Amino acid sequence: MIHSLFLVNSSGDIFLEKHWKSVVSRSVCDYFFEAQERASEPENVPPVIPTPHHYLISVLRHRIYFVAVIQSEVPPLFVIEFLHRVVDTFQDYFGVCTEAAIKDNVVVVYELLEEMLDNGFPLATESNILKELIKPPTILRTVVNTITGSTNVGEQLPTGQLSVVPWRRTGVKYTNNEAYFDVVEEIDAIIDKSGSTITAEIQGVIDACVKLTGMPDLTLSFMNPRLLDDVSFHPCVRFKRWEAERILSFIPPDGNFRLLSYHVSSQNLVAIPVYVKHNITFREGSSQGRFELTLGPKQTMGKGVEAVLVSSQLPRGVLNTNLNPTQGTYTFDPVTKLLSWDVGKINPQKLPSLKGSMSLQAGASKPDENPTINIQFKIQQSALSGLKVNRLDMYGEKYKPFKGIKYMTKAGKFQIATR
Amino acid sequence: MLSMSTNNLSYNDQGGSDSAVEVGQETTPTSSNAGAGFGLFSTNFKKNDDLKEMLESNKDSLKLDAMKRIIALIAKGKNASELFPAVVKNVASKNIELKKLVYVYLVRYAEEQQDLALLSISTFQRALKDPNQLIRASALRVLSSIRVPIIVPIMMLAIKEAASDMSPYVRKTSAHAIQKLYSLDPDQKEHLIEVIDKLLKDKSTLVAGSVVMAFEEVCPDRIDLIHKNYRKLCNLLVDVEEWGQVVIITMLTRYARTQFTSPWKEDGLFDENSETAFYESDEKKTKNGDEKKSYMMDPDHRLLLRNTKPLLQSRNTAVVVSVAQLYWHLAPKHEVGVITKSLVRLLRSHREVQYVVLQNIATMSIQRKGMFEPYMKSFYVRSTDATHIKSLKLEILTSLANEANISTILREFQTYVKSQDKQFAAGTIQAIGRCATNISEVTDTCLQGLVLLLSNRDETVVAESVVVIKKLLQTQPTQHSDIIKHMAKLFDNIAVPMARASILWLMGEYCERVPQIAPDVLRKMAKSFTSEEDIVKLQTVNLAAKLYLTNSKQTKLLTQYILNLGKYDQNYDIRDRTRFIRQLIVPNEKSGALGKYARRILLAPKPAPVLESTYKDRDRYQLGTLSHTINTKASGYLELSDWPAVAPDQSVRNVEVIEPVKEWAPSLGKTGKSKLSKSSDDKFYSDSGEEKEKGSGSSSSEDSSSEESSSEAESDEEKSSSQSSEESDKSSSQSEKSSSESDSEQKKTTKKPPQKKTVKPTAKDSDSDENGNVAKETSSSSAEETSSGSESGSDADSHSGTERKKKTKSKAKPKMEVKSTKEVSLLKEVSLLDLDDFTPTPVTRPKMSVLSPSLLGDLEGLSLSNISSTIQVSGPAFVPEKSHDLLHRMTGKGLSAQYQFPRQPCLYQPTMVSVQISLTNTTDHPLEQIHIGDRDPTGLDMHCFNAIECLLPEASVTVSLGVDFNDSTQAANFQLCTKEDQFSVSIQPAVGELFLPATMTEQDFRKEQGKLLGMNESSATITMAAENTTRQPISRQVATVANLGVVPSGQDNIHRFAGKTASSGALVLVTVELRELSAALITINTEKSVMGPMLLRDLKRALARA
Repeated sequence: MIHSLFLVNSSGDIFLEKHWKSVVSRSVCDYFFEAQERASEPENVPPVIPTPHHYLISVLRHRIYFVAVIQSEVPPLFVIEFLHRVVDTFQDYFGVCTEAAIKDNVVVVYELLEEMLDNGFPLATESNILKELIKPPTILRTVVNTITGSTNVGEQLPTGQLSVVPWRRTGVKYTNNEAYFDVVEEIDAIIDKSGSTITAEIQGVIDACVKLTGMPDLTLSFMNPRLLDDVSFHPCVRFKRWEAERILSFIPPDGNFRLLSYHVSSQNLVAIPVYVKHNITFREGSSQGRFELTLGPKQTMGKGVEAVLVSSQLPRGVLNTNLNPTQGTYTFDPVTKLLSWDVGKINPQKLPSLKGSMSLQAGASKPDENPTINIQFKIQQSALSGLKVNRLDMYGEKYKPFKGIKYMTKAGKFQIATR
Repeated sequence: MLSMSTNNLSYNDQGGSDSAVEVGQETTPTSSNAGAGFGLFSTNFKKNDDLKEMLESNKDSLKLDAMKRIIALIAKGKNASELFPAVVKNVASKNIELKKLVYVYLVRYAEEQQDLALLSISTFQRALKDPNQLIRASALRVLSSIRVPIIVPIMMLAIKEAASDMSPYVRKTSAHAIQKLYSLDPDQKEHLIEVIDKLLKDKSTLVAGSVVMAFEEVCPDRIDLIHKNYRKLCNLLVDVEEWGQVVIITMLTRYARTQFTSPWKEDGLFDENSETAFYESDEKKTKNGDEKKSYMMDPDHRLLLRNTKPLLQSRNTAVVVSVAQLYWHLAPKHEVGVITKSLVRLLRSHREVQYVVLQNIATMSIQRKGMFEPYMKSFYVRSTDATHIKSLKLEILTSLANEANISTILREFQTYVKSQDKQFAAGTIQAIGRCATNISEVTDTCLQGLVLLLSNRDETVVAESVVVIKKLLQTQPTQHSDIIKHMAKLFDNIAVPMARASILWLMGEYCERVPQIAPDVLRKMAKSFTSEEDIVKLQTVNLAAKLYLTNSKQTKLLTQYILNLGKYDQNYDIRDRTRFIRQLIVPNEKSGALGKYARRILLAPKPAPVLESTYKDRDRYQLGTLSHTINTKASGYLELSDWPAVAPDQSVRNVEVIEPVKEWAPSLGKTGKSKLSKSSDDKFYSDSGEEKEKGSGSSSSEDSSSEESSSEAESDEEKSSSQSSEESDKSSSQSEKSSSESDSEQKKTTKKPPQKKTVKPTAKDSDSDENGNVAKETSSSSAEETSSGSESGSDADSHSGTERKKKTKSKAKPKMEVKSTKEVSLLKEVSLLDLDDFTPTPVTRPKMSVLSPSLLGDLEGLSLSNISSTIQVSGPAFVPEKSHDLLHRMTGKGLSAQYQFPRQPCLYQPTMVSVQISLTNTTDHPLEQIHIGDRDPTGLDMHCFNAIECLLPEASVTVSLGVDFNDSTQAANFQLCTKEDQFSVSIQPAVGELFLPATMTEQDFRKEQGKLLGMNESSATITMAAENTTRQPISRQVATVANLGVVPSGQDNIHRFAGKTASSGALVLVTVELRELSAALITINTEKSVMGPMLLRDLKRALARA
C-alpha cells in the first residue's frame, strides 16, 4: 500500500523520508515539486498526482506536505485519511506539528512511523496504543531515562491491541477522576449582498477529555437528540444503542478524543448570530474607493460575540487603504491585498465599524469584482442549534467522577458576498 | 570486520577524489559498490568514526545515542550504510529501544548488505520462539522486511509457524509477512495461498483485515477461498479495525458482483419486492410459485448490505466512502439513497478528503441527479475553496441542474463569474454553456448572459464566453446573426487564440448571414496572418476558403494572398491545409471530380457539439479507487465484473455445523492481573487451545460461530457484554461451546462448573454474580438462535433480524431467571474451589474476552433502567371492529376496498404496523391481477400482499399488509392495481394504531415515567363523561383509541396504560387520574413529542364524549 513517505516543507525541501518497502528515490518528488510550482496557492496542489511508475498522494497540514508514494491501486482516501492520522498523532505527541518539532523528535517520529505501518498497511493508529508502545517525550521522562537507563519504548504488547476496546489502554489510574465534554458548533454560511442567507448549516462536534480510572462505561444522553441529523462516531460508541435509544454509550479512550461529530438538519432554520452592513464602492474614473463595514449581533441568545476577526481579499487594483476602526486593529497587506480586522468583542451598545477609503491604481478601470468578507467569531456557553446534554452517567467504576460540559459556537466558513 | 577493513581501504583509495560530492544526496541503493557509498561520507568522516566507536562501546546509553544519530541521518535521506557491521552487532541487545532502532536500520540497509544481514537472522529465529508475543511479532516483522532472497525458505517457515501462533497479533503480522514474501519471491505463491486460506478461516477481528489485504495482493482471483468465509467476514466487519474494514469492503464488493444477480431490474416493482422476498419464510415462497419470476435478493447479498450500513457512521472517511461505493455498486437502486447524507457530511472534512469525495459524487450525480439534489446547497462554492475543489463543485452543480432549480443555480453562477479567480470564472462559463444545452428553457437566457460577458474586462472570461457561445450557436444557428456581428466587432480586442479561432470559424460557418462583415474580417486577418497562432491561422484558411466559395467576387484576391502566405508557413499542418484547400477550391486543370463538391465538403451542416461532463465515463472504474480519481487504470486495479445472469451456486457459502470441540480459554487482561503473569498464562494455554482450534477450524465448523457472532454483534446488549476484554482468538471456542449448549440441555449442565468461572472469584460478589448470569444468558440465547438459524440455512439472517428484537426485550424472562439463580448458587460453589491461578473463562461470543468491569457497567445500567427486561409486548387488549374506506366501489370501478387495523404484531417486520384490507368485487365480471403498484420510492416502507390472480364477482378476500409508518401519522400512499386500472389510495393511521401494547409492572411504569418528564410529557385536565368513572369503561375507551396495554394499578383512581411505538419502540405511557367531581387528569409520557399531543387529543375526545 503506502510505499514511502516524504515530508516537504513550504520552501520545497524534503526534510524527512521513511520507506516501508524497498527504497524509492527521492527524485520521485520532482513530480510533486512540478505540481507545486504550477499551483498558484499551496492549497491548489492536487492531492493525487500520477507519475510514470508511482502515484503521489499528499496532504497539506501546518504548512508541511506529507507526500505518500503509492505503487499500485489503493483507495486514495485510505492514504489521505492515514496521513491525517499521522499528523494528528504528531500533534498529540509533540503538541505542535511543525518542521522544527519533527526534526527535534526525529527518533520518536521514526519509531512512530515504524509502528503505524507494516509493509505499508496500517498497524496501530490508536493513540492509546501508540502511547503504550512509545512514550511521548516529556522533559521529566528524558531526565528519568538518563538516570535510570530505562527507555521510551514499551516492552509488552499494548493490551489494547488484542482487546475489543483497542482504543483504551488498561490500568489507567488517576487521583482526580474527571470527564469534560466540549460541545463545539460551527456555523457555515453564505450570505448574499442584501443580507439574506443563501445557505447556512451547523456542524458540531463533541470533543472529550476523559481522565477516569479503570474501565468506566459512560452513557451520555441529550435533551433533544432529534436535532442531530447525521452523525459519525468514535469507534467506541455503541451504534445499536444509539439507533434504538438515541443514547451515546461508550467506554472512552483515555485522554482527548472526538466522541461525535454531527450535522444539524437543515430543516431547522439556522439563526445567524451576527450581521454585517457593508458598503464597498469603486467609482469609475476616480482612484478612490469607499469602504464601510459595520458589525452587529443578531440572534445570540443573550451571549456575547467574541474573538471576531474579519478578513477580506480586496481586488487586485487596490493599492492601499486608509481606514478607521472604531475598535480593534486592522491590517492591509498591499502585496497579497488581504485586509484583516481584529475586532475583538462586539459591544451591542456601540457597534464596531471600519470606515475609510481605498486608493486604486491611477488610470486603471474600476475593479470588476467585489470582495467577499470572511468572518470568524466565537460565542461562549451556547450551542447555536440548541443541543443540550441531558445527563452523563458512569457505570462500572465505584468512584464519583467530576463531570463538566461546555458549549461553544464558532464561525466555520462564514462568508458574506458584497455583490 | 573483514568487510569493514575493505571499506576503510576503499575510503583511502577514493576518499580524496570523491570528497567534492555532496553529502547525502545519494539515496539509491548502491549495494554493489559499498566503497563508493562510503566515499560519499568522507566529508564528515570524523562524525561517523565516533559513531562507530560509540556503537562498539560497552555502554547501552552510548550505543543508543549513536543509533539515534544514525536514525536521524537515515531520516534525512543520508547514507549510513557503511556503519552496517557495527550496527548489526547490536541486534541482540537487551535494551529494547536500542534493539528497535537497530531493526529500523537493518530493514533500511539489509537489501544493500545482504551478506552481513544474514548474520542477524539467527537472532530473529530465536526471537520467533520468545514467550513475549510482541517480540515474536516484531522479529517476524523484521525478518520478513529484510529483502534478502536467500532467506526465502526461512521466511516461509516462519510465516507458516506464525500463522498458527496463538496470539492473534502474531498471526496478523504473519498476514503482513505474506505480502512481503510474495513481492520478494512470487514463486512462493502456491504455498502462500495455503497460508492465506488458513488465515482467512481465522476468527479474530485483528487478523481479518490483514489477511484480506494479503489475499488482494497475492491471489485476488481465488474467489473460491472467500465462499466459506463470506458470512463470517460480513459479520465480523463492524468489529474489525477501520483500515481492515476498507480492504474487506472493497474485496466483498468485487466478490458480490461475481456471486449475486443484479438487483437492478428494469421493472421497479420487482425491485421493491426484494425486501419482501427476503423477509418471507421459505415455505411461503414455495407456496406462491408465481413469485418466482420476480427478483429475490440472495440473503447473503442482503447480509452484506445490512452489515455495512452502520459503517456509514464511521469517523474514518475511507470507510464511509468504501461503504458508499459498495452501496452504489451492489444495492438496489432505491436503497442507494442512504449514502447521500454521509457523503455530504464528508465535505466538511479536510481539503484532500473533499477532493476525492467530490469526484465520487460527480460521477454519481451524473447518473442519479435525485440523490444529491436536496443537498445542492452543500455544493455552493466558497471563495476560500481550492481551485480543484471549486471546479468539482461546479461540475456537480451543473449535473444537478434541472428545470426546477436552474434559476437558483444560474443566480449562483452569476456570482461565480465575478470571482477573482479567473480560472474558476472561466470554468463557470463552461458550466453555464452546459446548462444551456441541457435545459432548453434557459438556452436563450444563458446566451444573452454570455453575450453580456463579452464586454467583460477580463480576457479569459471573454475568451471562454466566445468559445461557449460558438458551441451554443451551433446548436441553433438560425436566429443569432446579431450575436455573430457583435462578436465580429469584438474581434480586434480579443487576443486569446482559442477565442479568435472560434470567432473566425463562426464567421466562416455562417458567412451568408453576415455577408458584409465576413470579408472585412478576412481582410484584417490577411494583414496579421503571420503573427497569429497556429490555431488561428488554420481557421483563417478555412474562413478564406468558405468565403471564396460563397462570395468569390469580394474575396478572391484575399484568399489567394492568404493561401500564398500559408504555403510558406513554418508549420507543416498549415502548409498541408493550404495545399489541400487550394486544390479543392481553385479550379485548375488538375483538380478532378472533387472540386465540384467543394461547397458540399466545406459548407456541410455540422452536428452541434455535445457539451458533457468530463465525469461521464468515470463510472467504468469502481468508485473510490485510485483509478477512478486519476481516470486511468492504475497498476493493480481489479476490474469490477458485471453481474452474472444466473447466480452461481449459493450453497458454497454454507458451512456445516459440526459438533464443536470444547475448550476453555484462559482468562486474561483482567486489570488486576500483572502483565507478566498474563503473558505466562498466555503461553500456558496456547498449546492446548491452539491445537483444538486448529482441529475445529479444519473441520469447517466456524460458520455456526460466525453466524452467532453476527446476531450477537447486532444486539446491543451483547455488544456491551462484548466489552469484556479477552483474547479474541479464544473466542471461537467460546461460540462453539455455546452452540453446543443448545444441542442438549444435559451437556449444558455438565458444562456448568467451568462456566461459573466466567467470573473471577476475586471479583466483588454481587456484581460478579450478575455478571455470570448474563454472560450465561446471552450465550444460551444466542445458541438457541444459531440452532434455529442453521436449520433453515440461508434463512438464518431473517431469523436473527427478528429475534434480535425479541431477545433484547425478553432479556429476563421468568424461565431465565430461574436458571440464573440456580447458576448463582453453583457459581458460589465453584468459587470456593479457588482456582484463581488460571481460571478458564468460557466466553459468550467471539471477539469478546475476559469480563472487564465494563460488563459490570452494562449490567448496572440494566438494573437501573431495565426497560428491556420487564417490558414485553403483549397481545392487544381490544380490537376495534371499525374499518375505513380505502377505495370506494364507485371510484374503484367496482372494486371496493376497506382497511382495518387488526392490532397484531406484524409478521413481516417488527417495525411495521399490520393492516388488513378486504377487497370486494362488486362488478359482474371477475377482476384479475389485483396487486399493489407503484409507490413513491421515498415513501414509507411497505410489505405488499401477493397479487390476487382473480377475484370473482361478489366475492371478497382479505389480505394483510405491513406498513412501517415511522411513528408518524403520515398516510401511506400507494397504487392499488387491477389488470386494467390503477387507483391511488392511501391509508391514514390514527395515532393510536401505531403502538403495540406493552405490559409492565406499576413500579416500572413509575420509573419509566420519571425519565420522560419535561418536554416528553403532555397532559390535560378534562371533564369525564358520567359513565366513564370506573375502571372498565375507561380501559375500554382508551383501548379503542389506542392500542395500549393496561398496567395493573394499586390505586383505584389512577389508571395506567403502556405501549411502545411500532417503528422505533419508544415507550408511550398514559395515566388517567380521576380527580374529585368528574374531572380527570390525562398524562402522556413519551419521547415521541409529536405523538404525545396527538394521542392526548384523541383520548380527550373519547373520554369526554362518551
